[in-house]
Amino acid sequence: MDTIKKDALLSVRHLTVEYTSEGEVIHAVNDVSFDLEKGKTIGLVGETGAGKTSIAKAILRILPEPPARVKTGEIWFEGRELLGLKEEEMRKIRGKNISMIFQDPMTALNPIMRIGKQIAEVIRLHEKCSKAQAVQKAKEMLEMVGIPGERYYEYPHQFSGGMKQRVVIAMALACAPDLLLADEPTTALDVTIQAQVLDMINELKERLNTSMVMITHDLGVVAQVCDSVAVVYAGEIMEYGTKEQIFDHPLYPYTKGLFGSLPDMNDDAERLSPIEGLPPNPADLPKGCAFHPRCPYATEACKQAHIPLTDMGGGHLCRCCRVSEIAKEGT
Amino acid sequence: MGRYILKRLLWMIPVMLGIAVLIFSIMYICPGDPAASMLGTGATQVQIEAKREEMGLNDPYIVRLGRYLCDVFLHFDLGTSYMYGTPVIDGLMERMQYTLVIALSCMLMQILIGTPLGIIAATHRNGIADRICMFIAMLGVSIPAFWLALMMVVVFAVNLGWLPAFGVGGFKYYIMPCLANCLAGVATQARQTRSSMLEVIRSDYVTTAKAKGLSERSVLLKHALPNALIPIITIVGNGMGMMLGGTVVIENVFSIPGIGSYMTSAINSRDYPIVMGGVLLLGLIFSLIMLLVDVVYAFVDPRIKAQYEGKKRRKSHA
Repeated sequence: MDTIKKDALLSVRHLTVEYTSEGEVIHAVNDVSFDLEKGKTIGLVGETGAGKTSIAKAILRILPEPPARVKTGEIWFEGRELLGLKEEEMRKIRGKNISMIFQDPMTALNPIMRIGKQIAEVIRLHEKCSKAQAVQKAKEMLEMVGIPGERYYEYPHQFSGGMKQRVVIAMALACAPDLLLADEPTTALDVTIQAQVLDMINELKERLNTSMVMITHDLGVVAQVCDSVAVVYAGEIMEYGTKEQIFDHPLYPYTKGLFGSLPDMNDDAERLSPIEGLPPNPADLPKGCAFHPRCPYATEACKQAHIPLTDMGGGHLCRCCRVSEIAKEGT
Repeated sequence: MGRYILKRLLWMIPVMLGIAVLIFSIMYICPGDPAASMLGTGATQVQIEAKREEMGLNDPYIVRLGRYLCDVFLHFDLGTSYMYGTPVIDGLMERMQYTLVIALSCMLMQILIGTPLGIIAATHRNGIADRICMFIAMLGVSIPAFWLALMMVVVFAVNLGWLPAFGVGGFKYYIMPCLANCLAGVATQARQTRSSMLEVIRSDYVTTAKAKGLSERSVLLKHALPNALIPIITIVGNGMGMMLGGTVVIENVFSIPGIGSYMTSAINSRDYPIVMGGVLLLGLIFSLIMLLVDVVYAFVDPRIKAQYEGKKRRKSHA
């Protein structure tokens, strides 16, 4: 994964993000690399605190600095390296070429600004158009996400959660970005609204030919929208492959555990089977493989050295020293 | 909105009644005899008793209270000063300009100096600018106004001779009183603005605004500040009350013939009508300012405006 792919829209290489808190260094993102092609969707899957949001914020360069700091890494987007860009250059990319949908629609909108104005603001900023045209375009965007245009003049408190997330989506897509970073866009919504919002994101993404980084902890969401999947644990990509590879042949023990913890409709199990233990403290990551304290396959070797990604064929990468044994066991 | 303001104005009637009853009762309990202080030390007991009877001071509490409330709220008459023999309302009106000039310019300084200090401190969090601003604010909160006033008189009036030490006149006469009186307000304002801004800067919608590609400046001025203003407005309203109260002290230090010094001298000579009238007037001004603050709230925050208009809307739909 060291060479930059020519046809990739986004290539992240060796991204490492640290937070400093009261003298402690928190390793939020550790040496993350992945590629995303135009029009495709990659899913970043992992539990809360695994560093998924930090990856997205690092791409857009909106990490709160300090305490956060991008220690190393390169982020190539359309042939340009984002981390080295001047702030003014980066501002032109934010909202125009790359935009982001945030996790919690309740707090992502400015409570004292008309929602239409919040959409028009991003249009005015990046497109050469008059105020009236921006208003018109903002109304069209609202219609596109299924909100009547006349609600342009209303405030966020007059909308429900699902409607607010639609507004956030309209805002993110207003300038037809090449890349959309969706940070758990459905987590704060109830299940029926989740499905609607996902369908809408999928449809709009296809219409605008937008690539997407979908951050989620919900494997159902991954199945619905993603082309490839990166399983993130303790700020590291542990397994990477196409959706089919990951869903049909999960190799990494943590990934297997995630699938294992899903309830099975055909089974009469009384209890779910969770992954035992807790995620590691990112300020004090275990030596060797970060997952070894919880891993049923762990051996002495797992505790010794950091484990590199191994290609199991067809670009299916896995960071496990017993991966060949696990692969055999699976078949 | 108009309906809300009207409702609030009507609510002020019981508030003013409450203030009147309270201040009347306090003055009633207070030791000291206005009749004796009017007649001076040479008066005999018989003369004083006759004077008390004439002034109606021997009537029972409830009768006197009723008479006072009746005068104030039905005839809009605050009574006549025992000492000067002139109507209290004239005395207050004559002196109000000085008090208002000081209080309002202090409020203005609080907004114009305190808010930017707080914003600078918040945006340069933990930096040198933050520390300087917060040091000034800390001093401002801790230094008593009367002490600062006296020190300024020593330095700028007595030693340097730049500014007049007391009295009223042109612009120069107001500099020291205003500075001394506004310092605490400026400091409180700066501290409140800082903490309010810090809270808002961390919020999600500010990150959203950044993610749109807005410049740092636009993010701060268009998204962060308007949201941070909401708690700041409360401080301005409270500050105004503090400034009005503070003028009582400051007017005495600088011998300014405002409502404050009018009231203090009236307290010393047991001139009850002036004390009660002064308290009522300050109460009225303060209530009006609080109303103004609440109206300004509605303009800053649409959620509050919706609350004000909520009932009316529901009624019109029904």
